[in-house]
Amino acid sequence: MKKVIMGNHALSYGAMLGRAQVISAYPITPQTQVVELLSEMCADKTLDAKFIKVESEHSAMAACLGASLAGARTFTATSSQGLTLMHELLHWASGGRLPVVMGNINRAMAPGWSIWSDQNDSLSQRDTGWIQFYCCSNQEVLDTVIQAFKVSEKLLIPSMVVLDAFSLSHTYEVVDVPEQEKVDAYLPPFKPQIKITPDEPHAFGGLTSPEHYFELRYKLQKDMEKAPALIEETGKEYEKMFGRYLGLVDEYCCDDADIILITSGTVGSTARVAAEELRQEGIRAGNLRIKAFRPFPFETVRNIVKGAEKIAVVDRNISYGHHGMFYEEVKSALYGHNDSLPVFGFIAGLGGRDITPSTFKEITNYALKKKKPEEEIIWIGVKR
Amino acid sequence: MKKEKKMKLSLPEEELMNSGHLACQGCGATLAMRYVLKALGQKVALCIPACCWSVIDGPFPYSSLDVPIFHCAFETAAVSASGVKAGLEMVGDTETTVVAWAGDGGTFDIGIQALSGVAERNDDIIYVCYDNEAYMNTGIQRSSATPYGAWTTTTPVKHFKDRPKKDMEAIMAAHRIPYIATASIGYPEDLFRKTKKAKEIKGTRFLHIYAPCPTGWKSRPEDTIKLARMVVQNATFPLYEIEWGEKYTLNIKLKEKKPIADYLKIQGRFRHLTEKEIASMQEEVDKKWQRLLSLVNSK
Amino acid sequence: MKKNKQAQKIVFKSEKDVPLMPMSIGTMLHNKTGVWRNIKPVIDLDNCIQCGICWKFCPDVSIFVEDEWPVVDYVYCKGCGICAEECPTKCIAMVEEEK
Repeated sequence: MKKVIMGNHALSYGAMLGRAQVISAYPITPQTQVVELLSEMCADKTLDAKFIKVESEHSAMAACLGASLAGARTFTATSSQGLTLMHELLHWASGGRLPVVMGNINRAMAPGWSIWSDQNDSLSQRDTGWIQFYCCSNQEVLDTVIQAFKVSEKLLIPSMVVLDAFSLSHTYEVVDVPEQEKVDAYLPPFKPQIKITPDEPHAFGGLTSPEHYFELRYKLQKDMEKAPALIEETGKEYEKMFGRYLGLVDEYCCDDADIILITSGTVGSTARVAAEELRQEGIRAGNLRIKAFRPFPFETVRNIVKGAEKIAVVDRNISYGHHGMFYEEVKSALYGHNDSLPVFGFIAGLGGRDITPSTFKEITNYALKKKKPEEEIIWIGVKR
Repeated sequence: MKKEKKMKLSLPEEELMNSGHLACQGCGATLAMRYVLKALGQKVALCIPACCWSVIDGPFPYSSLDVPIFHCAFETAAVSASGVKAGLEMVGDTETTVVAWAGDGGTFDIGIQALSGVAERNDDIIYVCYDNEAYMNTGIQRSSATPYGAWTTTTPVKHFKDRPKKDMEAIMAAHRIPYIATASIGYPEDLFRKTKKAKEIKGTRFLHIYAPCPTGWKSRPEDTIKLARMVVQNATFPLYEIEWGEKYTLNIKLKEKKPIADYLKIQGRFRHLTEKEIASMQEEVDKKWQRLLSLVNSK
Repeated sequence: MKKNKQAQKIVFKSEKDVPLMPMSIGTMLHNKTGVWRNIKPVIDLDNCIQCGICWKFCPDVSIFVEDEWPVVDYVYCKGCGICAEECPTKCIAMVEEEK
């Protein structure tokens, strides 16, 4: 059924169709509509779930972990300060192999207080052992939540479905809401082999000596390495059933592109508009939107950019003292494979500053003028 | 040998806690667990945050208990238990009693926010705080459960703890939860009865168990039970129950309240106190006791 | 009575044997805490009134009931001395461990 819904409600519908059994969340702008709709769904029994309305995001994640360990499918959603408050427990989720699925609305970190979009909240959770998907449309948000349950539960690794504040979270788009029976056919119930139960008592997460800790982390990484193939496989399966492919990346006119603009999140659609216009001007531009940030699709990225002459990575985030975080990843993907390909790293749109098609044109013109990057970071749009 | 008769056991013989655990000699927290599990039985799931018990239980891949445990983050015992309870119910297990099992630091300090949230929602869990009155697991640092006058490694003798112990029962009573009880490992039958009673109640139940720590209190291991009795008999830690935040019941009535000096003197953590300081602490205990009596008597 | 439980040490030869998450798959009974002891309780059954107090107050679950009498499990008893202190007839003596 087609519906016109906001990005936040796409998260709620994803959780509903995924039959989340325990939801726990705390309100934060710009996430609130996610949990408001889920509260209503739980209240009117559209969704048979327990909603634990906690006193903080930290407790929201803690409740999800407990419920997941008990064998229930769990969902939460947050943003920015809320996500970073959860930080400790994000490690707990992956280390405990608890496949929680969480929506995160990208919002800049304070201070100063900002409710507008950038990616430093979720990207600073990079090393917590979560799968991270960056979405570009409300449809993709809904579809990815359902896929994320499947991927997470298979690997026992939690997933974060990320969308931009306002430009997605509060923007209404036409979304095809799939039928429940079809989703049920795609996503079987969560039946973990090991869970907390008095019938088979185990102590989970106890003191772990150097004798064993290393192997546990090795196994987590090994399973994370299985994720790219599994994301592609479940994405193709999704396409078969629902007509929409859900992959690691999403490419636009990259085959013959001289310059590929690499983006993540909603700005991907802006980049495409710019690429189209650039092509009309005779510049062969393409867009590679990276959807899975963790695990990073190294091989896929390498293959797609093979024929390009230049790469411009646009980051709506920064690792202070280093670079934009997608830029780092792209460079490390190419290292030793395609060392002569110039990769330009741009920082744009922090704290919700607009990124428009002209931003991308400025970026393209800059990159085309230079043989190779002269600066580690190229700032776009700073008033100087 | 005398004529054989039945050995008198005041508690069930079955053990859900095994030997081989890592507790110090004379550990009170260990006895608290032993008694509570005897009362709750096997159909239990525990959430244990960072505390002595996360070590006592033993390292991966072992455990000392025959019940399942979720070793959870320090500040999350209460809400982890809520999560486990909700999860179990959603997968069809409505019988298992879910217990948050935390020390005083995990309850009075870092875990109080999550605990308050759970209590306000009246989530269906039992919260047990075993109280050894400081951060013992990390090496005896003061917590807000450390009593006035005590030495710890962060309240050295020159500047001993100069604030009273937080009144956790009053805080919990303010949440109007169905059941709150104090207990002491010096009175196992009383603790057993309260745990059984808590098990039959729905909603948030809070048990506060006094559990001496010879290592941290600089007391003799063999005095653990004695201390746990004295603290009740001198009204420093009276045994009582509160129902719905209103109805106070005193469980161990004191005909003659013992002075606190004898109790303080057998603990190294109070050794530095002068007679004058002890006298002022006695006054505080007396005042608190009168307050409690007035709550018990106000019907 | 002590249950017959697994008391073996668990050895993982390869990462493949390690569970996905840190979880217990055995008891701590392999950890024979009796070696911590300097003094040991000795029960004089002639003066024992079978009150069960020593059994009740043992933090190490190291006094068990056998044929209606208390028996110390020296494999695990850490020698804290609570039993001797609490015994109403003082029939438990703490004696120096011979090493």
